[in-house]
Amino acid sequence: MPTNSKPTTDVKLSCRNVWKVYGKNPARFFDGTKGNLGDDAAAHAHAQEIRDSGHIVASANVSFDVHVGEIFVIMGLSGSGKSTMVRCLSRLVEPTAGEILLDGNNLLSADPKALIEFRRHKMGMVFQNFGLMPHLNVLDNVAFPLELQGIALKKRRAKAQEVINLVGLEGREASFPRQLSGGQQQRVGIARSLCVDPELWFLDEPFSALDPLIRRQMQDEFLRLQRDLNKSIVFITHDFLEALRIADRMAIMRDGHVVQIGRPVDLILNPADDYVRDFTNDVPWEMVLTAGDIADPARGFAPGMGRIGADTKLDLLLPYLAEHEAGVMVKDAEGRDLGAINARAVVKALATGMTDQAGIEP
Amino acid sequence: MSRLLNRPALVWGALAALSLALYLLRGQLPALVTYPQSWVLSPTAPMNAAMSAFVAAFGPTFRFFGWLLEFPVSAAQMVLQALPWSVIAAFFVLLGMVASGWRLASFIAASLLYMAVIGYWEESMNTLAIVLISVPMALLLGFAVGVLGFYSDRARRVIMPTLDILQTVPAFAYLLPILILFGFGTTVGLVASVLYAFSPMVRNTILGLRAVPPQVIEAGLMSGATPAQLFWKVRVPGAQNQMLLGVNQTTMASLSMVIIAAIIGGTDDIGWEVISSMRKAQFGESLLAGFVIALMAMALDRTTFAFAKRDRFTTQEAAGPNLWVIGAGVLGALLLLSFVVPPLAQWPEPWVFYPADAMNEALRSFILTWREAIETIKNTAFFFVMLPIKIGLQQAVSPFTWGFAMTPALVAAYAALVAAGAIWAFVKSHHTLAAMLLLWGVVSYIGLTNMPWPALFAILVYTAYVTAGARLALGAAIGLGFLLLAGIWPQTVLSLYLCGVAVLICFVLGTGLGIWASESETVSAVLRPVMDTLQTMPVFVILIPFVMVFKIGEFTALLAVIAYAIVPAIRYTEHGLRNLPRDVTEAAEAIGTTRWQLLYKVKLPLALPAIMLGLNQTIIYGIGMLVIAALVGTNGLGQQIYIGLGDGDFGVGMTAGIGMAVIAMVADRITQAISRRKQEQYGLASEFI
Repeated sequence: MPTNSKPTTDVKLSCRNVWKVYGKNPARFFDGTKGNLGDDAAAHAHAQEIRDSGHIVASANVSFDVHVGEIFVIMGLSGSGKSTMVRCLSRLVEPTAGEILLDGNNLLSADPKALIEFRRHKMGMVFQNFGLMPHLNVLDNVAFPLELQGIALKKRRAKAQEVINLVGLEGREASFPRQLSGGQQQRVGIARSLCVDPELWFLDEPFSALDPLIRRQMQDEFLRLQRDLNKSIVFITHDFLEALRIADRMAIMRDGHVVQIGRPVDLILNPADDYVRDFTNDVPWEMVLTAGDIADPARGFAPGMGRIGADTKLDLLLPYLAEHEAGVMVKDAEGRDLGAINARAVVKALATGMTDQAGIEP
Repeated sequence: MSRLLNRPALVWGALAALSLALYLLRGQLPALVTYPQSWVLSPTAPMNAAMSAFVAAFGPTFRFFGWLLEFPVSAAQMVLQALPWSVIAAFFVLLGMVASGWRLASFIAASLLYMAVIGYWEESMNTLAIVLISVPMALLLGFAVGVLGFYSDRARRVIMPTLDILQTVPAFAYLLPILILFGFGTTVGLVASVLYAFSPMVRNTILGLRAVPPQVIEAGLMSGATPAQLFWKVRVPGAQNQMLLGVNQTTMASLSMVIIAAIIGGTDDIGWEVISSMRKAQFGESLLAGFVIALMAMALDRTTFAFAKRDRFTTQEAAGPNLWVIGAGVLGALLLLSFVVPPLAQWPEPWVFYPADAMNEALRSFILTWREAIETIKNTAFFFVMLPIKIGLQQAVSPFTWGFAMTPALVAAYAALVAAGAIWAFVKSHHTLAAMLLLWGVVSYIGLTNMPWPALFAILVYTAYVTAGARLALGAAIGLGFLLLAGIWPQTVLSLYLCGVAVLICFVLGTGLGIWASESETVSAVLRPVMDTLQTMPVFVILIPFVMVFKIGEFTALLAVIAYAIVPAIRYTEHGLRNLPRDVTEAAEAIGTTRWQLLYKVKLPLALPAIMLGLNQTIIYGIGMLVIAALVGTNGLGQQIYIGLGDGDFGVGMTAGIGMAVIAMVADRITQAISRRKQEQYGLASEFI
């Protein structure tokens, strides 16, 4: 089922057959298998067997790659094992079986000292409830990872100031966490996680505790930051729409298993099963489908047409198409024409899969 | 039959019958009424032997440590005596300023001035010196044990019950083994106060470390913290506020134990001043000295509490260091100045104002004037409340006390009255209530001290069983069995009686006041400072005014116990009523309850868990105060401990101490079980732990 698509760049983090089982003696289920049981069906059977023995399976046979500069989203409802998964990646939770390769090195064989070094220099993490130190002000909270590394006060404060400016918190340096709003607190959390210039960035439901309006604003800023920083990101969310908005690729998890991996549009157009389809039902298609997805190569350029990039989302085109009968020509990244679309084509695409329920009289 | 009557009803009824039967057969079966002396297997001799052996083996070691511990205390005393009083006073005033502001600072200034003016400066500093040495030791010990308990589940399983026992064994009982091991001297007070005061620090340390949110820990780990960094830079700062509350509680416990330890004598401190003058019936003197203790307690409490509650995580770094610089300047200047101006170094003798004689005179005339009223109050309470519970209606009612004799006709009338009540309850289908009414009628007639021991034993064990289950019943049976075997059953019953009366009055009065306070802001505002004062006051001091007016005796002891133990009853009731889930009370109001209906049908039932916890605390406080009350002439376990302490008889004192701990623990578990059951029933979260 996992439908890996377009590995355009190098793999940064690779997760291979990772299992996390809670219970009395979970290791006995994985003697010599390294978590790899062959195919997916075998993994499901094995997970069921473990559950039947009274153990709890939080993650089952999870495999995926995160490429350099990619935003990889893990989406799932509560209890699906997504939070456990991201903690396995940083070994906040020790996986029971499997491999986690960071730049090709197995993270699970790192000794405690090496692990601390990894966390100090390679990883940053943002938490749902912020996880700020209540006794430190904003500046020292952001500088905290540098303090742990033993970097001198002046130097670490200078660096922290830089990141604080980056997330737009100038002027609040001397405030303490409880004096800040939720959105501001999470900016501190983001600044702290970026303070050591990590290559890998873990975000565990970073915006879930925020109000809807703030959440939207933070998502936009997160995307803006990522355009400049180009980190390799694992982003956890339970919000399907949030995943669609920000993901380059995403995985859907259920009961510890990965149900499907792919680009958002792949998931929508080809849901692997009914579970995924249920999520896609509520999706506002105009926010997902791009001009390139519905461009009709049969229709050429005509006078009065504007030109638009293939990755433009349809919702942005609506105002233009409402005014311009002729429609618009879609071009790819190199500027070649892919085909034209007009208002009718958009309506038709949005109506895909719907039946006429309005009862319109002829 | 068993369908018709539920089981508790049957058992309570049977217990009533058993009590009455054994009582009526007291001529034929005396051994089943009074526990016979020949059945006593006193553990005091073997305990003393074991202690002697222990002292023979380890005595020198302890004495050596005791000798070592003398040094820091005498050093602190020397420093505090050598420094000019003005410098010390300025230091504490500054501390109050930093902790909370000018109001606390001026309170401290006034308190210290009082100590100097009244002429108790030296004694106060001696007491303070022991506290200043014992608090850091208790904190360090408490922190270390707390950290151990936090990291190791196994250690915690040992630590928590041990703390329970340390806190339920009366403070006096601590002194005895320490006295025997370390010998006379300041060390006894120091060691006792460390042992008594370290447990709140343990609890708060564990509580604080556990309460650090998991995401903060994870954030620390992801920032690359080593285990040591995680502990010192993440966990400890996160637990800081809770631990500072521990500092506050430890300081208060330490002070109160240092005062209690003064009873051994040997140190020229303020506690000794109170006790010796109280023994000599010099009330003016004891009140003046008692005031010093009260002021010291309040100042220490407010200061440490202010440090704990200070909102350090919102204040911006501002003129912080300046205050310290100014403070150091002031202290230095005062020190230099005191060389030139002698009154700043030592409070001059002629300036001392010591109004003890005048106070004694005033007291004498007050008592002379109000003699009748005082006697009436005392006798009414004693004849109509205390005596009947103690020795039963059949003995308490006499021409001398009630004005008439308990004739057979009256007994018959009494029996008919009780029976009528029980029948009424039975008809109304309150079977358990009916049975309990019968039992109550029988017990009131016989009196607690005259109750046949098997019946009382069975009643207590069954109460434990009904409320908290078989395990506690077994524990209670073992504990009470020990008291019987040890031959201190009569004293236990006396303690039970005095404590029971006090708790009953506290509960009725305290719950009433608590309800009133929850409904009226004015009452609440008036009660709060009174309760704060009563709670911070070391227990000795509470005795003084009661002894002054009512002289030595059971009634005085009762009043002192009530004054001390009523506070939690009021507090928990008010707190419980004020912190009910808002939506529930709003829903009830929306339905259209009157204020009284809201209180009786909604608020009180919901606040019951909190009220029960208040009762729990009241009992524990009451038992704690019982030992102190023994000083003013009560018989019972408290007196036994006192005797043991006086004679240096480890076995006697320790047995009585264990006895009080047994009563305290059984009562504690019973009330907690009721509270917990109600809480679970209502699905309320506990906010009181």
